[in-house]
Amino acid sequence: MANQSEGRRDALKTLATVPLLGAMAYGVYKKKQKEHYNRQAGNLFNVGQEQAERKVMDNKLLRLGVIGYGIRGNYLMRALGFATPAQLEDWKWQGSQNPDDTRYQDFMEQDDLNVRVTGVCDIFETYAREAAEAGANLHRELPGGRMDQTPVVYKNYRELIASPEVDAVIIATPDHWHGEMILEACRNGKHVYVEKPLTWTVPETYLVEDAVKKSGVVFQLGHQGRQIEINHKAKAIIEKGLIGKVNLIEVSTNRNDPNGAWVYPIHKDANEKTIDWQQFVGPSERIGEYQNYMNEFGLQRFVGPDSREKFSLERFFRWRCWWDYSTGLSGDLLTHEYDAMNHILNLGIPHSATSSGGVYHYKDGRTVPDVLQTTFEFPDRDLALLYSATLASEFNRPRKIMGTDATIELGSTLDVIVDRASVQYKDKIEQGLIKPGEPFYRYASGKSIDALSSATEMYFAQRGLLYSYVQGKKYNTTFLHLREWIDAIRSGSEVSCGIRPAFEEAIAAHMGTRAYLEGRTMYWDPDKREITRG
Amino acid sequence: MQLTALVVLRVLTGWYFLYEGLVKLLSPSWSAYGYLMDSKGWLTSFFIGIAESPVMLEVVNYLNIYGLVLIGLSLLLGVFARAGSIGAIVMLALFYLSHPPLMDVSYVLRPEGSYLWVDKNLIILASVLVSGVVFPTSHRVGIDRILQRKKKR
Repeated sequence: MANQSEGRRDALKTLATVPLLGAMAYGVYKKKQKEHYNRQAGNLFNVGQEQAERKVMDNKLLRLGVIGYGIRGNYLMRALGFATPAQLEDWKWQGSQNPDDTRYQDFMEQDDLNVRVTGVCDIFETYAREAAEAGANLHRELPGGRMDQTPVVYKNYRELIASPEVDAVIIATPDHWHGEMILEACRNGKHVYVEKPLTWTVPETYLVEDAVKKSGVVFQLGHQGRQIEINHKAKAIIEKGLIGKVNLIEVSTNRNDPNGAWVYPIHKDANEKTIDWQQFVGPSERIGEYQNYMNEFGLQRFVGPDSREKFSLERFFRWRCWWDYSTGLSGDLLTHEYDAMNHILNLGIPHSATSSGGVYHYKDGRTVPDVLQTTFEFPDRDLALLYSATLASEFNRPRKIMGTDATIELGSTLDVIVDRASVQYKDKIEQGLIKPGEPFYRYASGKSIDALSSATEMYFAQRGLLYSYVQGKKYNTTFLHLREWIDAIRSGSEVSCGIRPAFEEAIAAHMGTRAYLEGRTMYWDPDKREITRG
Repeated sequence: MQLTALVVLRVLTGWYFLYEGLVKLLSPSWSAYGYLMDSKGWLTSFFIGIAESPVMLEVVNYLNIYGLVLIGLSLLLGVFARAGSIGAIVMLALFYLSHPPLMDVSYVLRPEGSYLWVDKNLIILASVLVSGVVFPTSHRVGIDRILQRKKKR
C-alpha cells in the first residue's frame, strides 16, 4: 500500500510540469491563428511582381568614353568598375580602420560589365590623368598591380565623341554643357548616359529631344532612383488603387553641410595652367540663349556677378552655386524628387509651377537659392506636388503620397499608413484588423513586413538592419542604372529614364526655375509645347 | 517550500526559453541578423562578423532556434536539466556579451526596461544557475527524477 502511494507520488513529481506543455501548445496555437487572420489584412499591400529577371542577349565588349571626372564622373566610373589604384588602396586602408566602411569590399565584389574605358576627357589636368589611371585599372588592382591599356586622354570632348574607339559616352560635366554634348554625341551616333538635369536652357531642351529621337541612340538620363525597389512597390500599390485617390504629394530635400550646399573643396593642383578655362566658359549658342532669357525678363541680377571670362577656382569647383553654369536646386535636386514621382505616378509635365525661396543661409556670393519651394499642379490628375528644400537642415522628411484611403511614406523603407477616414478599409478598421494612423505595412530590401506580427522586424527594417542582401546580393542603384543602359545598347531592351521622361524632367525643372526667377506662375501649353505665362 | 520556489523559478525560465524558440521556429523569415548587427560593446566585431557571413548566420540562426526550444523543454520538464541549464547559461552569456547594458551605449532595438550593467539576461542567467545547477531541482521534480534513479540502479 505504502509502495503504491509512493509510486504515485513519484510519478506525480516526475511529470508534474508536463501539463504546462499543453498550455504552451494552446497559447501558441491561439496566437498563430490570430496572426494568420491579421496577416491576411497585411497582405493587402503586398502586391506587384518581383522585378523582371534580367535577360542579356549578348555580352560583347562595349567601349566607353567618359566626359567629366569630377565628383559624379568619379562615382560613375566606380559604378562601372573603374577606380584608381591609389583610391582602392585608400579604401582598403579605411576599411581596415573601420569595419563599417565596406567600400573596398563592395567594389571588388561588384559584377564585371565587360566594358572598357577607351577615352576620357576632363578640362582639369589632374582629373583627366586620374580618369585615365582609373580607366586603365581594369583588374581592380592596388598600386603596383597589372594595368590594362590606358584610355586616350582627350583635350576636347568633340574629339572623344568622334573617336572610332568610342561606342558610347558618359557625360558628367556641369549642367551648362549637358545639352551641347548630347547633341554632339547624337550627331556622331554615340549612345549617351548623361547626368541630370537634361539641359541648362529651355531652347536646347527641344533640340536635345529631337536629336535623340532622330539619331536612335540609346539614351539614359542619370536618375538612378528609377532603380529603387521601394519606388517600384509604391507604383504597384497605387496602381491597384490601394491608397485611394491621390490629391497631394509632398517631397523634399534636406541637407546641412557645405558639400551638400555645393561648397566643394578646391583642388590644390588647380590653377590657370592646369584648367582649360576657355572650355569651361561654355557653348556660345547656349550662353546666348541664357543671356537672352535673362535680359528679356529683367533678370540680370541673377547673372554673374563675375564675368564668364574671368578665371575663378570657386566658380570652377563650385559651379552649382551660380546660374551661369547651374540649374540650382531645381535642376540638381528637385529633379530627383519629380522624376521619382513621375516614375511612380506617370505624371508627365505639370500644368503649372510656382516657386519661392531665397539665399537664406549661404551668404557666399551665390546666385542660386538655398531654400526653395516649388508647387506643381496637375489639374488633369486632380493632384498637386509640393517640393520643399533647405540646404541648412538635415531634418528627415520622407516622401509622402497622400491618398484618400492611405498614405505611402517613402524613406529608407516604404510604409503604408491607413487613413482613419478611409472608406475602402472601413470594415477592417472597425474589426480591429487595421490600426489607422500608424505604419501598417512596411516593405524594405525585397521583404514585406507585417506590422501586426513582428514589431521588431519592422523596427529593424526602418533602420536598415533587416536584410543585408537583395536576392543574395547588395546592389548600388547607380550601378543598376548604368547596367540597364548597357544592356539596352547590347540587346535593345528598355531603359527606364529615356528621352520622354528626360524631356518631362527638364521642362518641369525649367518651369520651377523660371517661376522662381520671374516670381510668377509658369504654365505648360501642351498643344504648342511651350512654357507660357498665363 | 524552498523546493517549490526553486522549481517554479526553473519552470518559468523554461517557459520563457521554449516560447522564444517556438516563435522563431514558426516565423520562417526570422533571422538573428538585425540583433547581431545591433551588437555593441566589447565583442561587437565578433557578432557583426557572424551576421555578415551568410553561412555563419545560417548556423547561428539554427543553433539559436533549436537551442531555445530544447533548453526550454529541458527546464520546463526537468529532463537533462543540468545540460539544459549549462546550455541556457552559455546562450544568456552570449546575449549579454553581444548587448552589454553599458553606460554610453544605446541599441536600435531598445530594451523594454532601463538597465545599467545588470540586465534581464544576467538575472535569468543567475536564476538558471540557482534553479538548475546549484540546486538540481529536476532530480526532485521532473523527468530527471526517474532517469537519476535508473542511473543509480
